[in-house]
Amino acid sequence: MRETNMKKILISLLFLLFGTSAYADCNIKSGSINILANDFPALRTFVETAKGCKGSADFKVTHSSEHNKIAVPALTANPSEFSARIAANSSIVPLMNQDLIRPLDDLVKKYGKGIQDSQLITIDGKIMAVAFMANTQHLYYREDVLKELGIAVPKTYEEVVAASEKIRASGKMQYPYAAAYKAGWNLAEEFVNMYIGHGGEFFKAGTAQPSINNAKGVATLNMLKKLAGLSNPDYLTHDSEAIKVEWESGNVALMTLWASRSGTLLDDDGDAKITAATKLTGPATVAGGNIPAATLWWDGFTLAKNRSDADAEATFRALAHAAANKKMVADAADQAVWLIEGFKPGPKSIGVIEAVKMKAKPYPMLPQMGLMHGALGSEIVEFLQGKESAEQALKDVEAAYMSKAKEQGFL
Amino acid sequence: MGIKSPLITLMPNKTFFWFFLPTGLAMILFIGLPIISTGIQSFYAQHDQVVKEVKKCDPFGCTVSIVVDQEKTSKIREEKPLGKFNGFGTYVDRNHLAIEEIGKFWNETNSFGEFVDQVTNLPFYKALIFTLTYCLFVTPNVLLLGFIIALSLNAVTRRIRGPLIFGTILPMIVTPLVGSLVLFWMIDAEGIIGANLQMLMDDPYLSLKSSKTLTWITIIIYGIWHHSPFAFVVFYAALQTVPQEPVEAAIIDGASRWQRVRHIVLPHIYPVVTFVALISLMDNFRVFEPIIGFSAEGSAQSLSWLIYDNLVNEEVILFGSAAATSMMTIVGIAILLAPVLIRTWKEFRTAR
Repeated sequence: MRETNMKKILISLLFLLFGTSAYADCNIKSGSINILANDFPALRTFVETAKGCKGSADFKVTHSSEHNKIAVPALTANPSEFSARIAANSSIVPLMNQDLIRPLDDLVKKYGKGIQDSQLITIDGKIMAVAFMANTQHLYYREDVLKELGIAVPKTYEEVVAASEKIRASGKMQYPYAAAYKAGWNLAEEFVNMYIGHGGEFFKAGTAQPSINNAKGVATLNMLKKLAGLSNPDYLTHDSEAIKVEWESGNVALMTLWASRSGTLLDDDGDAKITAATKLTGPATVAGGNIPAATLWWDGFTLAKNRSDADAEATFRALAHAAANKKMVADAADQAVWLIEGFKPGPKSIGVIEAVKMKAKPYPMLPQMGLMHGALGSEIVEFLQGKESAEQALKDVEAAYMSKAKEQGFL
Repeated sequence: MGIKSPLITLMPNKTFFWFFLPTGLAMILFIGLPIISTGIQSFYAQHDQVVKEVKKCDPFGCTVSIVVDQEKTSKIREEKPLGKFNGFGTYVDRNHLAIEEIGKFWNETNSFGEFVDQVTNLPFYKALIFTLTYCLFVTPNVLLLGFIIALSLNAVTRRIRGPLIFGTILPMIVTPLVGSLVLFWMIDAEGIIGANLQMLMDDPYLSLKSSKTLTWITIIIYGIWHHSPFAFVVFYAALQTVPQEPVEAAIIDGASRWQRVRHIVLPHIYPVVTFVALISLMDNFRVFEPIIGFSAEGSAQSLSWLIYDNLVNEEVILFGSAAATSMMTIVGIAILLAPVLIRTWKEFRTAR
C-alpha cells in the first residue's frame, strides 16, 4: 500500500518536472522581470502566459487600474521599478515624451520569432512597442427590448437617441442609455470619440494650438448632452464598471462600452435572461459622417529604459513568448481581439472588427494630447449640467489647455 | 480668564527648547525642507519642447505625426535640470490666480454679477470658493455639535457612558474614504437614501450626485459627521476638568442650566475651543477625500483636489502647477488662522 503511494508521488513528481520542461523553450536563466499593467481579464491572461516561460528569472507583476498614475514616476527612477509596462496608444505618449522606454529592434531580431510585423509599433523607424490586442468602444444592445418595441439596431447616434426616447416613452426603462461619463478621463474620452466622429481636429495642423472651439465641437457637446439626458442622472459619477453594473441590473437597453469588457458582460455571472439578450454591434456614426464616433486602441508592451540590459532581455523574451502564443489566443479567444497570429474572431469581437472595417481612427498619439484630454475632462462638465453654453465650455477647454501646454513648453 | 496650562507656566524656556528639539528637527527635515523644495519648483516650468515630424506605424496603419525630439531635449535638460525659470508665471496663469483674465473680465463685463460669474468659472477660484464654503459651514457646526454631544454625554449616567462614547467616535475611526463611499452608495439614485428621497419629493429625476448644490450639501454634511467626534473627544476631556465648586455655587444661586454653561463651563474650556477651531480649520481647508469618495470631481473641486489632479489625472504630470497650488494653500491656511493665532499670542503676552 505504502509503496504504491510512493510510486504515485514519484510519477506525479516526474510529471511535474516534465510538465515544466515544456516551457523550457524560453530558457531564461537570469534577470528579473517586473511588469506594470492595467487590470482587465485579457491582460491577466497575457501576463500569466508570459509568466509560464519565466524560467529561473524573478517574476513580479502589478495589475492596477491606476496604472497611468504610477507609470511615469516609476519608470523615471533609475533603476526603474518596472522592467516592462503594458501601454496603449495614449499611455505610450508620456513615456515617449520623457524618454523612458527603449527601442526594441535588436531584441525583436534576436527573440521575436512568431511576432507579426503588423504587431510592431514603430516610431521614426524604431520599434518602441509590440502590440498584442486591439480595443475600441462600441454599441451594446438588448435584443429583447428592441424587438418588443420594433426598433431596428441603431447605426448612428441620432438613431440611438430616437431609440432611447422610444424606450423611455414605452415606460419600460427610465434611463435606457448608458456610457462612461464620469467627469475626468472617461468623459473626455467620450468627447474625443464624438468629436472624431464629427470629423473634428484637435489642433491646428502641425502645431500644438488647440482648435476645438468650432461648429463641430458645439455639435459634439450637444450630442453628448442629448445622450446624457437619456442616461441615469448620476452619469457624471459613472465609469465603465458602474455602467456595466447598470446593464447587468437590466436598467439599460443601449450602451457604449469598451470591447474588452464584453467578456465580463457575457459570462455566466448575473441574470441569464439579460446575458442572453445582450448583443454587440459596431460603433455608431454621428451627424452623417462615415467614420465611427470611436477611436481604435492597441495594447502592447514597452520596456523601461532605466533598467539593465539583462533584465530587458529576460523581460522581452517572456513577453514575446506571450505575444506570439497561438495556444493562448485559441484558449482566450473570448477575452479580446488579439492581434496575434492564429486568432479566430468570435462573436465578442464584432465591435472591434466592425470599427476597423468602418475605418475608425486610432486615438491621436500626439505629445500634447494628454493635456487636451485632461482639460476636456474637467471643463465640459458645467455644460452638461446646464450651467454654461457650449461655446463657453469649449473656450474654457482651450484656455485651460493653453495654460498647461505653456507650462509644459508645448506653446 | 482661561486657566493657564501648567506646562507653560512651569517649564523654563531652556528646558522647553531641549524638550522640543527632536520634534523640531524632524519637522524641519520632513515638513520644512519639502515645503522649500516645493516652493522652488513652483517657480519653474518645463523647457520648450523640441518636436519633430516622424512616421508612426501601428496595427491600424502608418501616419506622419510629431514626437518630442529626445536628443535635443536631453541636452537642454542636462544643462538646466530644474527647467525654465518662470518666476510667478505659473501663479498668475489662467489655471491659478488668472490676473490677466480677471482684468479682462473686469473691462468686458457689464454688471458685477456677470463679472463674478466669469471669475468663479476659473478653476482656481472655483476650487477656492468650494474650499471656503466647506470650511465656513463645517467648522462652526463641528464645534457646536461636538460641544452639545460632550455636554449631553457628560450628563448621562456613568454606566452607559462607555459604549455611548465609543459609538460617538465611530465616524472618526472609519477611514474617510470608506465613510464617504458608504454614504455615496446610500445616496445613489437606487440607494436607500437616494430612492427614498425621490419618493418623498415625488421626482424620479432627483439625484443628489448630479446637482451641484446637493453634492455640496452632501459633502458638507459628511464633513460635519466625520469631524464632530474629534471636537467631542477634546471637549469631553475638558469638561472633566471643570471645577465643581463654582457650579454648585451657581446652582444654589438659582442659575439655570444654560446660565451655568454660558458663564462657568464655556469660559473654563475656552482655550480648548480655540484649539479645536484651529485644528478643524486647518483640516477642513485641505478637504480632499470626500471629493474622491463621492466621485464629486464634476461638481466640487477643492484646492487639494487641484493639486492631486495636476499630479495624477493627466498623463503629463504638471509639477509646476501642483507646486504653485500647494504654496497658495499654505498661504491660504496662514491667512485663515491668522486672527486666531494673533489673539492667542496677545492673550499669552497679557498672561505673562
